[in-house]
Amino acid sequence: MLLVIVEEDAGGVSAASLEAVTCARHLAEGAGLDLHAAAFGAHGDLAAGLSKYGVSTLHLVTSESTREYSPELWGTALAELVEHTGATGVLAASTDRGTEILANAAASTEQPFASNCVAIEPGDPWTLTRQRGGGILLEDAELSGRVKLASLVAGSVEISEATATHEVDVLEFAPTPQATMPHSAIVDRTSRGSGVSLASARVVVSGGRGVGSAEGFAPLEELAELLGGAVGCSRVATNNGWRSHSDQVGLTGTKIGAELYIACGISGATQHWVGCMGAKTILAINTDPEAPLVARADYAVIGDVQEVLGAVLERLRARRAAA
Amino acid sequence: MDVLVCIKRVPAPGGKVLLSADGTSIDTRHLGFTIGPHEECAVEEAVRIVAEHGGSTTVLTAGPPEADEQLRYALSMGADHGVLVETGTRELDPQATATALTEAIRLLESESKPFDLVLFGNETADAGHYQVGVRVSRALGLPIVGGIKGIEIGTGRVSLQRDVADGVEVYDAPLPAAAAVKEGLNLPRYPSIKGRLRAKKSPVRTIRPEPSPGGLRTVRLRRPPEKEHETVVLGYGAEAAGAVVDVLAEKGLV
Repeated sequence: MLLVIVEEDAGGVSAASLEAVTCARHLAEGAGLDLHAAAFGAHGDLAAGLSKYGVSTLHLVTSESTREYSPELWGTALAELVEHTGATGVLAASTDRGTEILANAAASTEQPFASNCVAIEPGDPWTLTRQRGGGILLEDAELSGRVKLASLVAGSVEISEATATHEVDVLEFAPTPQATMPHSAIVDRTSRGSGVSLASARVVVSGGRGVGSAEGFAPLEELAELLGGAVGCSRVATNNGWRSHSDQVGLTGTKIGAELYIACGISGATQHWVGCMGAKTILAINTDPEAPLVARADYAVIGDVQEVLGAVLERLRARRAAA
Repeated sequence: MDVLVCIKRVPAPGGKVLLSADGTSIDTRHLGFTIGPHEECAVEEAVRIVAEHGGSTTVLTAGPPEADEQLRYALSMGADHGVLVETGTRELDPQATATALTEAIRLLESESKPFDLVLFGNETADAGHYQVGVRVSRALGLPIVGGIKGIEIGTGRVSLQRDVADGVEVYDAPLPAAAAVKEGLNLPRYPSIKGRLRAKKSPVRTIRPEPSPGGLRTVRLRRPPEKEHETVVLGYGAEAAGAVVDVLAEKGLV
């Protein structure tokens, strides 16, 4: 049997989890195995959302000790569920929690874990492709073990339904309380509030060395505001103290998936590229026509950031006034 | 507070990545090396914690003999002790790396006393397995949280903060504890001349464990297929503004 961890989004199964379910079904069918799902602290009706995807059983992990998120307790509970059900493989989406729970379960069971996979094929071992360095390189690898654990990068599998719809059996699973295991506990959570988050913004206006200073970000702020987007920056901008690290787009910052990425004065080292390569369209503004990001962009303007943005903003303000 | 930091020697970012002839590793002949950015922040944090609470910082790395360079860089930032866990020039799988580190830490702890805090980078900048810190911590019986961008030492406890998609989460854990940290935790210092001189002369200890391989075997590395495309140059300087607005309009943004 294969097990897939599903996470909730707006009362249903998240899109990233449905990708993991689709991938897990492909692996299960290839090996003639049953497919089960597991969820922690689920509130919505996940079983209904899974019936079309070839999942026969949903395990709801419910206990006092796993009510709130704790990486070690959830990972240990998953390890126990794996032993309890005899699962030979576990998949999850490569979310912060998905990855963290799988790593903890892999540590508990001393089994191998392949993170950030983009493709997995059935067999023993599994043959898989995973991202390295945030996607700069791909690694073809083999995963062998009594229990194989893998996480899947969002956007790597097209979600598909199974040929037949089955009702999903729901089983509650109460893991053994871990009274003596040292573990962390979540004690506070604050929401960002109304602002547009970098990761989910439709438009990101981002600045690097060419912006020149913290004050130089003012036109980027205004453009982002006019377009309903968020402001991002490169590692140079954070290291110079022009922007907070939470604005950084890149390997060690945030990966964006915007419709439009406007890169102002950013040369585009690989560290930055892996953060913005998920954007649908890239517009680069740079004085250097040879900059790597100019070469990789869909559109480019060769020129000084302040000069170009100043003229663009002037036109946008005029349009707005005329409307 | 005795703090241990695990770091990794990784190819310096920025350049184009070339692969070796057999495609199983990165061709490093023309590359510089560095400490992973997350781990550099971990070293900085450890040095700051020790400056405030007393104790010592030990830096540990599993890798080739050349990783001595990264240990000495950490020493020049203010770490007190460097330990090289020599595992050869071929990269180990994450289970083997974790076993090598765990054995080395157990040896160090058996000789003096357990570390109060163990820091890892959230993921290494090259292989990015997202698990070595978790495996080592769990083997040592330490709580661990990843993605950490804020650390506050309390009495017998530590508060750990991380960014999530829609806000911030705060975790509490009993000491001794571990954390896998992210860039943004702090702004690492540039080593002083004095620090560099001291680091040059500091002894670095070498441990040579022989971990068995785990279940993830690299077959080959390859570059992802690059999208074939032409960049449309909209214009030069301020005169391109009209064309930029046209693109924004086409996207339905204005």
